[in-house]
This record gives sequence, C-alpha cells and structure tokens, in this order.
Amino acid sequence: MLLFLALPLFTMVAVAFGSVDPLFGSPIPVWNPLRWDGSTVAGVLGQLVRPEGAFFAPTLRTVSYTAIATGLCLAIGYPVAYTVSRHAHRWKGALLGVLLAPFFISYLMRMLAWVNLLRDDGLVNRVLEALPFAQPQQWLGGKPITVILGLVYGYIPYMILPLFGSLDAVDRSLIEGARDLGARPSEVFRRITWPLSRPAVVAGVLIVALPITGDYYTADLLSGSPRTTMLANQIDFLLHARNAGPTVGAALVCLLAAALILPMLWYLRLVGDAAIERDGGTG
Amino acid sequence: MSVVSRRVAAGMANPWGRARFLWVWTWLYLSWSLVPVLIAIRISFNSTRSLVEAQGWSLIWWFSHPTLSAWNRPELRSALFQSMRLATLTVLIAVPLGVAFALALDRWRGPLPASANFLMALSWVMPELMIGVALFLVFSEVLTIVPLGTAGQAIGLITFEMTYPVIIVRARLLSLEQRYEEAAMDLGASPAGALWRGVIPVLLPAIVASAMIVFVDAIDDFVIASWLSGPASSETVAIRIYSDARGAVTPALNALGSMMLGTSIVVLAAGGMLYRRLARRSATTDGAGLTDFVASQA
Repeated sequence: MLLFLALPLFTMVAVAFGSVDPLFGSPIPVWNPLRWDGSTVAGVLGQLVRPEGAFFAPTLRTVSYTAIATGLCLAIGYPVAYTVSRHAHRWKGALLGVLLAPFFISYLMRMLAWVNLLRDDGLVNRVLEALPFAQPQQWLGGKPITVILGLVYGYIPYMILPLFGSLDAVDRSLIEGARDLGARPSEVFRRITWPLSRPAVVAGVLIVALPITGDYYTADLLSGSPRTTMLANQIDFLLHARNAGPTVGAALVCLLAAALILPMLWYLRLVGDAAIERDGGTG
Repeated sequence: MSVVSRRVAAGMANPWGRARFLWVWTWLYLSWSLVPVLIAIRISFNSTRSLVEAQGWSLIWWFSHPTLSAWNRPELRSALFQSMRLATLTVLIAVPLGVAFALALDRWRGPLPASANFLMALSWVMPELMIGVALFLVFSEVLTIVPLGTAGQAIGLITFEMTYPVIIVRARLLSLEQRYEEAAMDLGASPAGALWRGVIPVLLPAIVASAMIVFVDAIDDFVIASWLSGPASSETVAIRIYSDARGAVTPALNALGSMMLGTSIVVLAAGGMLYRRLARRSATTDGAGLTDFVASQA
C-alpha cells in the first residue's frame, strides 16, 4: 500500500524538482529534498499565473469549465434526486437502478455514443436541420459547449448519488411537522430540505469538480482542438513528450495537487463526519 | 414561466403527491442519460456501415464479418480480452487484500494504520490522472523491473480499486462489533478459526458486493490502464475507444463497447443473485446490494 501510493507520489515530486539529463533528454529524479531544484516548478507557476504564460489560458478554461459543468450538474441533478427520493414510492428501487446504470457503463462508451450523435451527419444535426429555427453545427470541431455538456453528461451521476442518499434520509416527520405548523411548501424546502441536504450538495460539488479538473479524455474526444485545451490535456501531452516534457508535466501535476489538496481534505472530512454520524446512529 | 412555477408550487404543496414538473424533469434526465448509449448499442447491430442511424439488423459488426467485426479484428479482440484479464486479476488480488486491510483497520489502532487509511482515502478523491501519472513515472524511472503493460496496469488498478472492499467491508465490520469472533472463540475456535468460520461468512455478502463493483469498475477503467499501458497488446477496450472513436468507419467499435457492457451486466446479475442468496442466509446483513454501493459513494 505504502509502496504503491506513497512512493509514486514522492517520485512525482522528485521528478518535478529534478533536472533533465542533457544527453538522453530523460528526466532525472532528485530524491534528496535538500537538493531539490525549484526552478522548473517556479517556471511553471510563472506560466500559470502570468496572462501571457503558456498555461494561463488552459488554467482559465479548466477553472471555468469545471465551474460551469459542476453548476449544471447540481442544477440538473438536484431536482432529479429530489423527485426520486420523495415521489417515487414503490418505484424508488427501480429508478435508483436506472440512476446507477451510468456507473456500470464505461465512461468511454458513453462518450462514444455522443461522438456518433454529434457527427456532422449525426442524429443531432439531422434533428436541427428539420427544425425551422435551428442550424446544424460542427459540434465536434472544438466547441466549448460540447466539452462542457460532455463533462456534465459524464459526471452528473456522481452528483445525484450523494444528493439522493441525503434527501432520502431526511426524516419525513420533520417535513410533516413543519407543514402542520403552517409552513408553506417553499418554506419547507428552504428551511428544512435544503439545509439538511447541504452537506451532500457540498460533497457532490467536490466529487464532481475534482475529477473534472483531471479530465483530459472528454475534451480530447469531443473536441481535440487547441481551443478547448485544459490543464489535464497539457499534462497528458507533456508527459508523453521528450526532453523536459515529463519534468514540466510532473511540476504541473504537483501544482494542481497543491491547489486541490484543500478541497480533497474538505471532502474527506465531510464524508468522514457523515460516516461517523451514520455508524453512531446504527451501531 | 408562471405555469412552471405554479407546477413547482403544486408539486411542493403535496410532497407525496404527483409532482408533474419534477417528474417531467426526471424523465427527461433519465432519457438523456440512457438513450444515447441505447442508440450506440442499436447501431452496433446495423447491417450497413452507418454510424449515425439504425439500418437493418445483423451481427456482422459483432461476429460475422471475417475481417472487420469486433471479434475478428485482432486489435479489438485483444482489447476485449485485456479488459477482462485486468478486471479478473484486479478482483482476485484487490478484494482479498482489501478485506485483510479492512480487518486490520478494524483491530489495529495507531498512527501507521491511520495514515495508511488516510492515504487510501486521498487516492480515492484525487483526480485519477494524478495516480496514473505518478505510477507511470515510478514504473518508467524507478521500479523499471515492473514493465509497463499488464503488470503495471494490474498494480495500478489494484491500488486504486482496493478502496471499495475496504470501505464496504469496514462498514459491515463496524456494525458487527466483536461478538461473532468472541462467540466462536468461546466455543473453542482458535483465533484464525474464529476469523475464518465466524467472521468471514458474515462478511461474505459485503465481499461479494465489493468484488462485483471492483470488476465492473476495473473493466471500464481508462485513465490508469492507459497511463500504464505498454505494448499494443496491453490496450484495453476503453483505450481502443479513446483512440478510435473519432476516426471510426464501421460500427465494430460500438459492438466492442456493447460486448464489454454485456460482460458487466452478466457479472452484475450473477453477483446480485449470489448476494441475495448469501444475504438471506445470514440474518445480520439486511439491505440490498445497492445499499452498499450507495454507501460507498455517498
């Protein structure tokens, strides 16, 4: 365990702070933290934050795509989780099964389905052609909207599941109590359902946003154009490149990890608290 | 807009009644989430080369075409076998390891197990890309005795997937306390015997559930399998789809994806049946297999 998790992470840091073999162009990891050379990491950081830097635009895209996609996941997913947990009655099990289905269908298979639909002569464009007010589009030609919707399509199940779990656990007597005390439906939602589901909303947002920042295959499949390159695409490209590529790529991963460590810990804390509450209640 | 808001209000006025707007929304979502995949599967049964619409019914892209079907194109068939091989290998190693890890975490307190647990949890929320890159650098720069390819992919997947059995089995152990083991030992069993005959049978449904989840998750994995892939023979179905999707000219790729999906469904159905039988036998494990999965995600 330690070997296959701690060592790789340390290696990554060592490569990032290491140097490049001048002859073979291969990265030389430096193991001693005292001899680490911060110039690559500092250089990459400079490229990230300065507006003319090479990684500035991908960073901006990563942040905005992640924010928009996560927001859409929540906006689309919350009503679905709410409906299935509250109104489904005896269909709940079956509907939950359908909500879980995407987990068992390969992500790539789901993307392949969209690649087929969005081709220039694909079904989506045929429908648009038939409509009077719409124009067929080159969906796969590097449109941000295609990438963002692809991300929403890919990750929304991860949002719905925690929401469903939490909404399903809301004590019905609280809702009945509030109604008996004269709360209007919107008030019941605002003052009981929403506050009780808030930890799950935060957990859902984090568990969707974290993998999106590390996603390069969605953008690659649905666009492949430099106009939609995200940070993860840069990492993918750099690590497969020669010379300084892997070193710069590793530095980029380290910086991304440093930026994401707080959200990651936040999520673990949130889920850990929920687990303690749950087990404390039943055990 | 006013119609919509009135519908919402009507829906919320009676939380257990029919909420039409919410249902329309939910059905729209469900069809959006599944219909594209169903179309992709339908296209794999086409009798023509069309990738965009359903044309006739045949199995040429699955089996019958002598050179272009998913089964008869060497690189597609090898991808299918590689996915299955990796998933099986991962289940066989990650599940026993995970169960042992869960038992250890349940008994053994102190900083070492706590940090191991933390590291594992962290690996689970980390973007998979980071694990892939980190392991890639290790196998290509440091532990060069581990070849990129099946060995590297299996190690990566085992490391990552081990979390499922740990979480699921540990949740079961927490509700179990020590009484089964103590009872078995009171009846004269040795500690190992108590574990084997007292605890493991009770954990069996949780173990089956996690094995099922690990298999379906590992067979679909793209990021780790792709970073740690070596020669062309170690390419999995997901890698194949990734590299061929945009340039595909026949529905064979759809057929390949459908084959993998079919495998997952068969494993889920078999695992679900086994789970139900086991759960019925042991009274302490109530709840359906889905509960374990939801608990592991939420």
